[in-house]
Amino acid sequence: MTSAIQVHDLRKTFGRTVALDGLDLEVSAGEIHGFLGPNGAGKSTTIRILLGLLRSDGGTATLLGGDPRREVETLHRRLAYVPGDVALWPNLTGGEVIDLLGKLRGGLDEKRRADMLERFDLDPTKKGRSYSKGNRQKVALVAALSSDVELLILDEPTSGLDPLMEAVFQEAARERRRQGTTILLSSHILSEVESLCDRVSIIREGRNVESGTLEQLRHLSRTTVEGTLERPISADQLHAVPGLADVSVADHHVVCAVETQHLGQLLALLGQHGIKTLTSAPPTLEELFMDQYRARPAAAQGSSAGPSSAAEAATTR
Amino acid sequence: MSTFAGTGSLLRLASRRDRLLIPVSVLALVAFAAGSAQATIDLYPSLSSALEIIRPLVANPASVALYGPMTSLTLDSFAVFKSVLLGGVFVCLLAYIVVRRHTRTEEEAGRLELLGAGAIERRSPLTAALLLGTATVVATSALTAASLAAVGLDARGSFAFGVCWLVMGLSWVGITAVAAQLTETTRGTAALSLGALGAAFLLRALGDTAGDDNPVRFLTWLSPLGWGQKVSPYGDNRLWPFWLGLAAFVLLVALAYRLQERRDLGAGLLPSRPGRPRGSMRSVGALTTRLARGTLIGWGVSAVVIGSVVGSIAANLESLNGSDTTLDLLRKLSGAAGAQVELIDVFFTTELHIIALAVAAMGISIVTRLRTEETSLRAEMLLTTTSRLAWAVSHLLVALTSTAVVMALVGLVAGAADSQRTGDVAASVGRLVPAALVTVPAIWVCVAVALLLVGWVPRLTGLSWAALITFLLLSELVPVLGLPDWMMNLSPFGHVPSMPAQEGRVLPLVMLVAVAAAVAAAGLAGLRRRDIHA
Repeated sequence: MTSAIQVHDLRKTFGRTVALDGLDLEVSAGEIHGFLGPNGAGKSTTIRILLGLLRSDGGTATLLGGDPRREVETLHRRLAYVPGDVALWPNLTGGEVIDLLGKLRGGLDEKRRADMLERFDLDPTKKGRSYSKGNRQKVALVAALSSDVELLILDEPTSGLDPLMEAVFQEAARERRRQGTTILLSSHILSEVESLCDRVSIIREGRNVESGTLEQLRHLSRTTVEGTLERPISADQLHAVPGLADVSVADHHVVCAVETQHLGQLLALLGQHGIKTLTSAPPTLEELFMDQYRARPAAAQGSSAGPSSAAEAATTR
Repeated sequence: MSTFAGTGSLLRLASRRDRLLIPVSVLALVAFAAGSAQATIDLYPSLSSALEIIRPLVANPASVALYGPMTSLTLDSFAVFKSVLLGGVFVCLLAYIVVRRHTRTEEEAGRLELLGAGAIERRSPLTAALLLGTATVVATSALTAASLAAVGLDARGSFAFGVCWLVMGLSWVGITAVAAQLTETTRGTAALSLGALGAAFLLRALGDTAGDDNPVRFLTWLSPLGWGQKVSPYGDNRLWPFWLGLAAFVLLVALAYRLQERRDLGAGLLPSRPGRPRGSMRSVGALTTRLARGTLIGWGVSAVVIGSVVGSIAANLESLNGSDTTLDLLRKLSGAAGAQVELIDVFFTTELHIIALAVAAMGISIVTRLRTEETSLRAEMLLTTTSRLAWAVSHLLVALTSTAVVMALVGLVAGAADSQRTGDVAASVGRLVPAALVTVPAIWVCVAVALLLVGWVPRLTGLSWAALITFLLLSELVPVLGLPDWMMNLSPFGHVPSMPAQEGRVLPLVMLVAVAAAVAAAGLAGLRRRDIHA
């Protein structure tokens, strides 16, 4: 499968702040790719480099096979962007902005424009200054979704939308995927990510932490195991199993979280102590992300530094 | 909760944000008044040595139109002749900037909403802005009065000078506060408040230049700048106009509070109607033109008004007693020293150069929109659909063509008005349109400098205004204070041929256009390679 976006070892600093520290990102053509990470992780910086608004300090970024800095004109006609914070001209109407952006991108699909306006329930005769945040986002979304483009780059596009509009957006995004459009979706709304994204990339402190399908990511995360045993077990005995966390042992009762790949080993150990009851809960999406968002670079990066000092090193170099 | 809860913390926030802007501007104004007074005293040790220069200033409508009448035939009055009104206009501008920054600009940016949710009363932001604006005006007036006295001018007159600036400045604190309530945008506030300032200046210019028993003289009373002039520092030293200024200030502030009560946060009182559901703009250039439309219309109207005022004043100039000293001084002002010229032509040259400086401000405001579009995040979505170069060039082209068109319009209207005097429309227009157009290359240099700043040091875009003010001060002070010629050459306006007083010369114009082109190209190159900031 060809790649719509390829980013390798991307670096960007703002003064003394390191925003991107060797980021990798690969988005295949035709997929909806979730782009996740805590606030300040570098998502918007990455997107702005891909759009040619910022220059990278190192590494490569390829967009639809071209260089986002050098081939600005041709690339811009093949993509549409919805920023997280949509600012409109106070004295232009939503309709005028939609048509202008469409013209500049090389044309709008008239049928889709009308359809999107109706589905998003947007009044195109209002002036920019009188739209609410959600409505400003709708203007940008209608303009992007009704353009004939190969790639949609959406930076938290639904942060101001109500649940009804959120559903409209998800439906529209799926339609575009069916038509072969690639979508890079930065989002904090987990249900949106879960229902839309084929693959996700999680970044933190300017670096790639994980990427893959949600199934693959689940596998990397911890399963919570709770059981009652016939013979007591000590916490030290339990720690023979690698990747164990949140251990609480009270006599015969054990609760702990284990990395899913080591689940079998844990069960074998518990088995030796005679299992009376056992429940095992796979990680929820929330837990999965919390886990990935939290700083734990010691294991991931193979460094001996503690989480907080590594975080500092990454941001204040 | 008290009705002004949170005013204190807002005032501290505003002072913190303006900790550079206000002190620097205040000191610059103090230095302008005291510095030019000091220079005059140094240059003319006695009244008799200055009399040759002073007499024509009293009698010449051109200088009266620009600087107001001289208050008395004394050296002290001469020492502040250029700073009373011109400086007063700058005090008004400063008052406008401070009040607008902390009211409508904040509201438009949505920051007031963030604060408004805190323990802050609805009136508090306006109150904080009014307090800061008033304090700025009072400080400027008091420091200037003290400095003028320190320089050696009459103490009572210096006090009156402070009162004069106070009356003007306080009026613009009030006018801007009202303008910020009436309109929804910073730009609208600017149009109302600055438009009022322009109108006030023209009203008193017409009143001041009219004859003693001409009813037009009454127009001065309609202008807060005129009230300030009534104080007549170093002349009659009247203090009662202070009460006029204070009354206007109190009424306008009360009106601003009343208006604020009646509207929602973010809204203005002038209603907004539904607009077009479809757009007709097909290019980024069409967008730029559309966004500049209000500015262009406003300047077009101003050009017609100013052109007709200048042309009409000229029609009355013939009665002027054109003594040799008058001519000599005017020649110096217009940079046409030594040439055998008609007084009327010198008048036009001087006026057109001043107007050109104002039109340069329009050009700068159009080009620096690039920066506003960037910081307001509007450029972000636009620049993912079009090239940065096309975007920047469209602003540059609008600035270049509109400044040329406005200058041509000024020349055309002034020529038409002047034909009352000459009786030959074609000849008057044919002389004044080229005279207006020769200033355009210097205006373009200012526009190019603004683009250079936007391209390379966007954070310092505001310096383009500082450059323009420097050019203005050079044009004003170099000839009168007898400063060396090379200082005048620092300003692009120092290279403009003095038409119609002298023959036009092509070479300086070609050089100015070349400089403008090179500087603009450098600015575009910088803008292409730098990061677009949020």
